[in-house]
Amino acid sequence: MRCALAVVIATLAATAFAQERTLPLSALRSGTSFLGPDLRAMQDDESANPGLLWVSRGEQLWSATAGASGQSCASCHGAARATMRGVAARYPAYDKSAGSVLDLEARIDRCRIQRQAAPALSRESDELLALTAYVAYQSRGLPLAASIEGPAREAFDRGRKFYTQRHGQMNLACTQCHDENWGKRLLVETISQGQPNAFPAYRLEWQSLGSLQRRIRACLFGVRAQMPPPGAPELTDVELYLAWRAQGLPLESPGVRR
Amino acid sequence: MADARISVPAKVARGEPFEVRIQIRHPMETGYRTDDVGTSIPRNVVRSFTCRYNGETVFAARLSSGIAANPYLRFFVTARASGELTFEWIDDVGTRGSDRAVVAVG
Repeated sequence: MRCALAVVIATLAATAFAQERTLPLSALRSGTSFLGPDLRAMQDDESANPGLLWVSRGEQLWSATAGASGQSCASCHGAARATMRGVAARYPAYDKSAGSVLDLEARIDRCRIQRQAAPALSRESDELLALTAYVAYQSRGLPLAASIEGPAREAFDRGRKFYTQRHGQMNLACTQCHDENWGKRLLVETISQGQPNAFPAYRLEWQSLGSLQRRIRACLFGVRAQMPPPGAPELTDVELYLAWRAQGLPLESPGVRR
Repeated sequence: MADARISVPAKVARGEPFEVRIQIRHPMETGYRTDDVGTSIPRNVVRSFTCRYNGETVFAARLSSGIAANPYLRFFVTARASGELTFEWIDDVGTRGSDRAVVAVG
């Protein structure tokens, strides 16, 4: 009886999730497929992809000691190649000690502050981007699998609300471009689905690697909306929503974007 | 500090050209930009790059503000004997960078 009830609940939950999807899983397309062949080649060629500069730097930082503890990331986590495989694909994730959902950048920074007793890294600093890119790189090719179960659910709901809500002077919601009009042209650009699977990514417009939050802020700037400051919880909520929405897409970080 | 990423074939044939690729981490600040409060950001680009093979210059380049950040150079070198490629560059504020790569002729 209890078993049957569980099945019913699971089925109901699955149906509810299916209805929540504005973009069915079968229609998902990585941002890479909206690029020209030149940028795709640049992303795939590891000697040409500029994002690898940050990955190499992250590899060095991984085993460099920091803070009063005199410990490096490697002191606890060992070889990232083994221990960090699959980690980035699960982020953003709920962190019990923080009592909130953290993205990968926030998780790394928390580790630095609490375990290494090192000063916090600022968002978009080269060091934080390098460490994030290095950890994300270990999950390259794995499908995104962020969980919205349990306490993460609240953040997910807020993120979904933000995503479907109209913003700024242009009065546009994320969903209007990225769910309803992807594949069409916006002036010279093809509108993508707004998938997060290649971030942190090297954007030619930035001439640098940048985080997903920076990309979301750029979109908000584009619709002339107020931009939450880097690291704001609203942005983490949207990141979680995007990660859930991209479930199953392979992680491609460091990607190359226009 | 990872200042550059270099790619050289693991083994090269004697007298045959092989491809050398190098990507240098550098902002290549053009000098035409201003910061948030309107102050102009001074130009700082990698202005010269030299590659030597066993001490002999085999490739050199003068770069300018028209080159994007993190310049990526690809060129061909021919080796008669095994040795070492050394790369050196300098930017407008005088910061020097260097790196090296071993070439095995076989």
